[in-house]
Amino acid sequence: MSGRTRSIALIVGAVIVVGIAALFASARAGRTASLGDRAHEIASGLRCPVCLNLSVADSPSRLAGEMRSEIQTRLRAGQSPDQIRAFFIDRYGEWILLEPPRSGLNWVPWAVPIVALVSGVAIWVAVVRRPETGLQEPG
Amino acid sequence: MSTDAPPKEERFEPDETAEDFGPRRRRSRTRTIAIVLAPLVLFALLLATGLGKDPRALPSELIGKPAPGFSLPRLDADGTIDSKDLDGQVVVLNFWASWCLPCRQEHDDLEAVWGRYRERGVVVLGVLFEDTPEGAMGFRQELGGDWPIAADPGSKTAIAYGVFGVPETFVIAPDGTIAAKTTGAVTYEWLTDEIEAALRKGNLE
Repeated sequence: MSGRTRSIALIVGAVIVVGIAALFASARAGRTASLGDRAHEIASGLRCPVCLNLSVADSPSRLAGEMRSEIQTRLRAGQSPDQIRAFFIDRYGEWILLEPPRSGLNWVPWAVPIVALVSGVAIWVAVVRRPETGLQEPG
Repeated sequence: MSTDAPPKEERFEPDETAEDFGPRRRRSRTRTIAIVLAPLVLFALLLATGLGKDPRALPSELIGKPAPGFSLPRLDADGTIDSKDLDGQVVVLNFWASWCLPCRQEHDDLEAVWGRYRERGVVVLGVLFEDTPEGAMGFRQELGGDWPIAADPGSKTAIAYGVFGVPETFVIAPDGTIAAKTTGAVTYEWLTDEIEAALRKGNLE
């Protein structure tokens, strides 16, 4: 019983910690970010065209640097982050996004683990646990 | 950790007769194999389709779309090259750099195309990518060629065309749309095919 109480306390504690962290994160996102911060946020979601596995924010390449200044120019011109992302998608395709939009076929990798987990539990309940009531395998 | 499970001997106690145990067991074994294999097969199929793709294959988003405009300072002469002045012409837009090896490889093909089509109003335009004017002029002196070349300050034109690297070559049709794009060293055959197609399209419309 004490073990159970302890694990409940642990879960509640974890939820509180995550909740507080989320509050802090959303508060940070909510305050008016500087142009550099906003540009960095957009750049970190874009894949650097010349290095495949780095974001435009992290890449030291010259093209990435020029893309960062392109983002700043567009922000200064009053474009929204979505408009700027749309510009890059227009020119480079969805390839440019480090995190593809969750639509259409892109849902597959998100759905597969959940479907696998649910069907795994279902199979476990239906098949693996069954020997207790009926069918049994000799050891 | 304490286990609430009953001791093992107890679980296997009930003795089943061979007649009613055999077929059921075989059926359940087939089912177990199916259950284990199904996700494995699905996973293998997923891998097969995913790994069959070339992660370096780059999309061509701009085919059929209006070519982004540009106004670029010339490197081989004074003045600028403006896309507006090229309206109604077939333009071969070649992004290149002096440090780029495939750019050397394609140089003769570009030169041959320029020589063959310049009389018919086709413009070959080299746009420098991530390079210095000195590098560009050195390349010119070494390899020759007299089609216009221009700098691209801030890579604005390269970004507007979604350039991943050099060389990349676009063929712009007379109606101002991008007719074709190729990544890597361009060939004389590819260029003549695309230029002829763009010229035909221009004559029909």
